Amino acid sequence: MPEFFGNLFTNYYETAAMILFGIGFTTLLMHRNMIKKIVGFNFMDSAIYLFLASKGYIRGRLAPIIVNGDTDPSKYVNPIPTGLVLTGIVVSVSVTAFMLALTCRLYDRFHTLDIDEITYLARKERG
Amino acid sequence: MELVQNFPFITIVFSLTCGVFCAVLKGRTARNLCLAWLTLTTLMSFSVLLYTLRSDGYYIYRMGKWNAPWGNEIRVGVLEALMATVFSGVMVLSLLGGMHHIFVDCESEKTNLYFTMCSLLMSSLFALIYTNDLFTAYVFVEINTIASCALVMLKNSSKTLVATTRYLIMSLLGSGLFLLGIVILYGITGELLMESISERVGELFASGEYSLPLTVIIGLFSVGLAVKSALFPFHSWLPDAHGSATPSSSAILSGLVLKGYIIVLIKIFYRVFGLRVIVSERVSQFLFLFGVLAMIFGSVGALRERDLKRMLAYSSVSQVGYIYLGIGLHSRLGITAACVQILAHAITKPMLFISAGGFMDVSGGHKSMSAIKGAGLRDPLGGAAFTVGALSMIGIPFFAGFVTKLELTQAALESGTATMAIALAAIAVSTLLNALYYVPIIFNLFTRPEKSEYSDIRLHCRPDYAISLVTFIALNLGFGAFSDSLVGAVRRGLELFGM
Repeated sequence: MPEFFGNLFTNYYETAAMILFGIGFTTLLMHRNMIKKIVGFNFMDSAIYLFLASKGYIRGRLAPIIVNGDTDPSKYVNPIPTGLVLTGIVVSVSVTAFMLALTCRLYDRFHTLDIDEITYLARKERG
Repeated sequence: MELVQNFPFITIVFSLTCGVFCAVLKGRTARNLCLAWLTLTTLMSFSVLLYTLRSDGYYIYRMGKWNAPWGNEIRVGVLEALMATVFSGVMVLSLLGGMHHIFVDCESEKTNLYFTMCSLLMSSLFALIYTNDLFTAYVFVEINTIASCALVMLKNSSKTLVATTRYLIMSLLGSGLFLLGIVILYGITGELLMESISERVGELFASGEYSLPLTVIIGLFSVGLAVKSALFPFHSWLPDAHGSATPSSSAILSGLVLKGYIIVLIKIFYRVFGLRVIVSERVSQFLFLFGVLAMIFGSVGALRERDLKRMLAYSSVSQVGYIYLGIGLHSRLGITAACVQILAHAITKPMLFISAGGFMDVSGGHKSMSAIKGAGLRDPLGGAAFTVGALSMIGIPFFAGFVTKLELTQAALESGTATMAIALAAIAVSTLLNALYYVPIIFNLFTRPEKSEYSDIRLHCRPDYAISLVTFIALNLGFGAFSDSLVGAVRRGLELFGM
């Protein structure tokens, strides 16, 4: 058991990422306010990017950009996770944009951001 | 390399391009471009299918001719080509059948965007079917999510807005878990291509290292994709989203989008982890259990529903249960049955939704059971198509649904006693429930109402609607008639998966 907690402290980036993921996930699932849901979604995705980036980082090495013609791979960190993070950011930006557009439409129609109230109003409208 | 080997790549990339063009064209031009391109992709996928059947194997297509650890790959085999052919064909027919509704339901200056979203959706489905790289799968899963949410949302009403919100939130939770699974798997294996991960996982499994992370990863993939494909307990978003959208959207979402995620799950299970790991991790037992519950509770939900389209949506929940039942049997026969069910449901459910759209036309836009009374007499072609679809869903011989029930039963008979008993009981109960809600609707459709404000409405025959339904009926009967060769092709395709 002490070893388990020791591991949590040694890999503190990963631990933090998982805690942030949990916060984002529950906010997206449970929170009633649409804007906070979007914030929660961004928390969740950023936590995953933190996890990925910390997986690819090797202490004491450089960013994988060749400056002085030094092509020795043992001097650089793993570039693939960084590439994945970039791709992931593009995806989460577009999803965020879509969600914000949807929230605008919801607000125009119901004049509230509370998802429970919106569901209630939509049901009442249906009669 | 032969020309035909390039077709899968062309269908993916040019569908994206087609979407871009549709975004700047006027509604009707966009429609023509989209339909022409999708028909062409169907033909291309069919020629790929013939090629793979003739060469009896699969090939790996390397993007830009980069080799394995650096490049991105797509893998084309018999099963992938078969799925792509059926999916693109169903896409064209669903669009044709609901074309009239698309132009009524969308705001007039935004109709072209509907076709943009359809092209994007088709591109992502092709990519999910063919891709050999997990991160590419994630990116296209997200494209799929956005496009399908937009398809629901383009009909601008309060109902669809709320349905889209719930759909989007559930989908995002699912893809979050899926992405986390990919990232942890990358963390312990250091690979993204399916074959390479499969080797590493085999080594880890043999040495017994990282057994807890492997379980967690499989759990994350299963839960993430189960949320997105509306497996029971996670199905609450589906009836709203599929019930309130325009008929073409409902058809596409129910018939194709749910299946795209399941195909990814099957690929991950059997190409990345392999049957041995999956069986020892016991996830398939959970999927089996939830599949059984979905089959029963989906049908019960449908039985209680008084709204035709929401009822069809609940029926999709139970049909997705059949697929998971097949996966949960964790045998070669079970997966074959699951793949056959994917194909059979993909050609049956869109037909039901399209004919439901026709009934709404002759019932003043209403879709409750009382309003559509006698609609089968006012719209005979729709009535015929609905009858064929309903009989297929119940599992009457000569129709597509019968083939899957037969395959599932055979797979169940091969498994252990307890599993066999539960699976057979579930299939029997679910078939009975299916009959209980589909047969009354058929009677309802063909009963002349005593006094109805809609009884004078006649459907002026629209050629696109007629072509779509006639082709769907032919496909369904063809599926029943040529079931042997179809099942044979699916089985061959799964063998190429290394099962």
